[in-house]
Amino acid sequence: MNIPVLTSIMLAPVVGLLVILCLPEKEKMVIKITAACTTFVSLVLSIYAYLSYDKSAGGLQFVEKIPWVEEFGINYYVGVDGMSLPMVLLTSIVIFTGVFASWDLSNRVKEFFIFLLLLVTGVFGVFIAQDLFFFYFFFEIAVIPMYILIGVWGSTRKEYAAMKLTLYLLIGSALALVGLIAIYLYGQSELGYRTFNIIELARVNYDLGFQKFVAFLILFGFGVLVPIWPLHLWSPDGHVAAPTAVSMLHAGVLMKLGAYGLIKLGINFLPEGIIYWAPLIAVLCIVNVVYGALVAMQQKDLKFVVGYSSVSHMGYVLLGIASLNLFSLNGAVAQMFAHGIMTALFFALVGNIYNKAHTREIALFGGLAHQMPRVAAGFLIAGLASLGLPGLNNFVAEFLIFIGSFIKEQMILGGLISWRAIAVLAIFGIVITSIYVLRVVQKVFFGPRNPKWDHIKDAQGVEMVPIVVLCSVLILFGVWPSLLIDVIDVGVQPLIEKVQAAAQIGGIF
Amino acid sequence: MLKMLSNAWLIPIPPAVAFVLIVLVTKRFKLLSALLAIFAITLSFIYSIGILLEVLSQGITMNNPVEYSVNWLSLGGETIRPLLIEAGVLIDPLTSVMLVVVTLVALLVEIYSLGYMKGDPGFSVFFGYLSFFVMSMLGLVLANNYFMMFIFWELVGLCSYLLIGFYFHKHSAAKASKKAFITNRWGDFGFMLGIFSLFLIFGTFNFNDLAEAIGRQHGAFLIIPALLVLAGPIAKSAQFPLHVWLPDAMEGPTPVSALIHAATMVAAGVYLIARGYILFTGLEAVSFAIAYIGGFTALFAAIIAVVQFDIKRIIAFSTVSQLGYMVMALGVGSLSAGIFHLTTHAFFKALLFLAAGSVIHAAHTQNIFEMGGLSKSMKITTWSFIVGALSLSGIFPLAGFWSKDEILLVTLEKGFTGLYIIGSLVAFLTAFYVFRLVFVVFFGKKKTRAYESPLSMTVPLMVLAFLSITSGFAGAPFVEKGFSSFIYFQEPHHVQVNFLIMIGSTVLALGGIALAWAVYVKKLIDPVLVTDRARSLYVVVYNKFYIDEIYHWLFYRIMMNIGKAFNWNDRHVVDGIFDGIAGLTRAAGAKLRLVHTGNLQNYALVIFASVVIIVIWMAVPVLGGIQ
Repeated sequence: MNIPVLTSIMLAPVVGLLVILCLPEKEKMVIKITAACTTFVSLVLSIYAYLSYDKSAGGLQFVEKIPWVEEFGINYYVGVDGMSLPMVLLTSIVIFTGVFASWDLSNRVKEFFIFLLLLVTGVFGVFIAQDLFFFYFFFEIAVIPMYILIGVWGSTRKEYAAMKLTLYLLIGSALALVGLIAIYLYGQSELGYRTFNIIELARVNYDLGFQKFVAFLILFGFGVLVPIWPLHLWSPDGHVAAPTAVSMLHAGVLMKLGAYGLIKLGINFLPEGIIYWAPLIAVLCIVNVVYGALVAMQQKDLKFVVGYSSVSHMGYVLLGIASLNLFSLNGAVAQMFAHGIMTALFFALVGNIYNKAHTREIALFGGLAHQMPRVAAGFLIAGLASLGLPGLNNFVAEFLIFIGSFIKEQMILGGLISWRAIAVLAIFGIVITSIYVLRVVQKVFFGPRNPKWDHIKDAQGVEMVPIVVLCSVLILFGVWPSLLIDVIDVGVQPLIEKVQAAAQIGGIF
Repeated sequence: MLKMLSNAWLIPIPPAVAFVLIVLVTKRFKLLSALLAIFAITLSFIYSIGILLEVLSQGITMNNPVEYSVNWLSLGGETIRPLLIEAGVLIDPLTSVMLVVVTLVALLVEIYSLGYMKGDPGFSVFFGYLSFFVMSMLGLVLANNYFMMFIFWELVGLCSYLLIGFYFHKHSAAKASKKAFITNRWGDFGFMLGIFSLFLIFGTFNFNDLAEAIGRQHGAFLIIPALLVLAGPIAKSAQFPLHVWLPDAMEGPTPVSALIHAATMVAAGVYLIARGYILFTGLEAVSFAIAYIGGFTALFAAIIAVVQFDIKRIIAFSTVSQLGYMVMALGVGSLSAGIFHLTTHAFFKALLFLAAGSVIHAAHTQNIFEMGGLSKSMKITTWSFIVGALSLSGIFPLAGFWSKDEILLVTLEKGFTGLYIIGSLVAFLTAFYVFRLVFVVFFGKKKTRAYESPLSMTVPLMVLAFLSITSGFAGAPFVEKGFSSFIYFQEPHHVQVNFLIMIGSTVLALGGIALAWAVYVKKLIDPVLVTDRARSLYVVVYNKFYIDEIYHWLFYRIMMNIGKAFNWNDRHVVDGIFDGIAGLTRAAGAKLRLVHTGNLQNYALVIFASVVIIVIWMAVPVLGGIQ
């Protein structure tokens, strides 16, 4: 089969977008079906690419390369490796289910789906781009539609949240841009020619001072998106304000762009720089995990709980990145995937409840499992995934991160505490997570039947699509983790070799 | 017939299939779901019997177990030590006995549930959950490494959560299920760290490989890993100080209490200690800790059981206490005694719970003082309960007698005189509280109308009563190749007969029964008077020494307030700073905006002034001007 698979995955939403553009506004059902069909095409192609990726060969596959501006060394150069492939799959799953989660939208349907599809095109683009220029180009495409989607279709202080989110992300990407341009220029002077090719730029040996400085820019540029504490506040506010499908994409995929950038560009280009900043990342990750979980426990709005839980869980990704060994990095990528699926499920369910009950305030609920048994079951599965129950995908990811960070022998803060202590604190996060997750489950779904909500119908028909698909993915990869880890491992191995070949410098503190 | 052993992974499969089918297909057909579950567990039971026979006939001993595994996940090797996680089974006498105990009790409980759960709207789901539990429990028993054990360990915890909260419309049930899960999470936190430490030191999770490695190098460096692993059993087997969840777990349906919270899951902690026994046994400090945690818990829970009113709670505290006994036996160094008691306890405690369920089913109350005189209308229930009570009290020649005696024997043999005294005291208290229950509920004045339960409930009672009488003979001293030459650590041994201990413990047990008889039948002593005398002590004991309240306080006062402070910090300090920066930018913009007046003359003036300044600036060097 000689079709350009990756370009097709990325352009399928664009086709959908163009078709919807031509459709009249009142054909709501046709618009939705178009969106579902085109994202389904992406999904099928992603699954195809995932399954036919040759793990023994490794490296970049499904490569396409078209020269664009040769003067500056810009090429349309796409391909996937073991690390980006799961991200492409994640994106296609989340957008496909996201379309179904917004099935009952009635306000400005046409524009909504146009922006949604534009957004996802950008996300696909970032994950497949192997050219720095296109990487950044797609990155910006992914950020801007978010502003409109939240500002127009959102709820709860939507203008504020949209503005906040966009400002944070743009400041982050501006920082990252400075770093990327620095890398481009440095690469040019080292290689003797201009190129934005990520693989070629990764071959350059950047000097230590340069690495430290640029790694800082990349760390905070992409760190905003992860989100790294204290730059995280755009995320809970943004989640809460965003409409369901956008929350799903936002927490499920957009946050992963940050972590992906940190690994793909940070570790790949600047291994020594990342080693240098690793202790700082580790300390901040503890704040993310523990502080995020404790704050999540205090929230009164269901979406805020899920939003802060994302802050907490993405802390594990940071720990995996900072620990810089094979287990932890595998775990970090696996956690990006697992958290994406889990949090998309959470938001789909919360969206379902909100659509029917028109509130998300935890205290107003109770006994909702009587009226919505399917939603309750789905929520429980998402919650169990979130607290790291074995048999669900997140467990394997977290386990790898934990063991990777636990066996790391390094003293930080001037020999004051060991890396292991950080790991132990992070692992303690599983206790706090279980507390806030089960509290929410109990308060919202358990207890006597509340007649106030008797008019609410359980999820049915197309509403079940996201619940069933996402739960199945969680269980499938939880029971059979090597299906995921074997692919990721292929992508992570070369990065770890780079880290090991890098000068073993000490951390910042 | 080695095939039979190598295919042992099939044992958990029927319940797993039953679970999936019930949830996805047969949920609407109640009876079909139940029969499916029972059929599945029967298959597992038959296979387990087969395994037991195979182990016996092939001469597989504790020292040459067989193991079969496949890779579940493997990573590393070149840049980092290999991480190999197997999905595998480990079969030795300990496994084979546990398999039979679990499947047998589960089978009886499921048959019993046919009658007990009749008419419940969640009938099918109940059987689905039970099947899922049995699957997980069998996986736990069969696991050949710590990692797999942890996976199933968590899954049985999940089943426990789901089944305690089965009546989720009750606030108390919803809270109890949450409490059980979270309390266990604390234990799992330690357990997980323990597994990591073992991996860090030895690079493997496999029980056999670990046993070999630990056998080669054993020392004080293992104390911390051992204590961390121990946290798991302390939570799961409800040992002090993580025992608080088990009494509350009685919110679940009674068959669940019998199966999960008496016979099997709570014994998983004891099983885990036995599985990795070599880790603990060589470390004196750790063994000592285990023994005294067990002994203390046994006494502590027995004391609380004496003053409770709720029939299920009394038995629940009794379970905590008896689990303490088992843990104590393992701590003083006798794996055989601990597992022997686990086995007999599984039968007689399941019996007590199921019989109690039969009573609740008939009397519609759980307060023992609202019952009375049930012996006349519920003959089978009464007699099976009494058999269970006698077995629990350790009366010759019932099962509990032999196993309890062996524990007391080893405590004395290994020189733990203090624990022997505690153990004897517990034996006395046990006999007292359980016969207090018997006399109040089944004899005396009739207070409620009650009818005997249906056959589906009474047949399992009779089977369990039979087992509660006979299962102890497997380990009785006069049996030649008894329990302790089958399940042991390193060396098989024969139990010595020590008549002094036998007579001593029997006297104590009979004393306890006699006291209960004197108080509750003959009314020679008025219990109200006694409690009034020692009012404050009574209140403390009745409130379970306020352990729950202490945890409650720690959670709400400490953890929640930290959370609140963090939340405030997030919303005011962190957000304040960033919003402040944004505000500053906006304010600066607002000020700068004033420059743009939109007035053309203004702009022209500025342009003209600028040009003049530039011209002057450029002209200075040319003109040579001001020197």
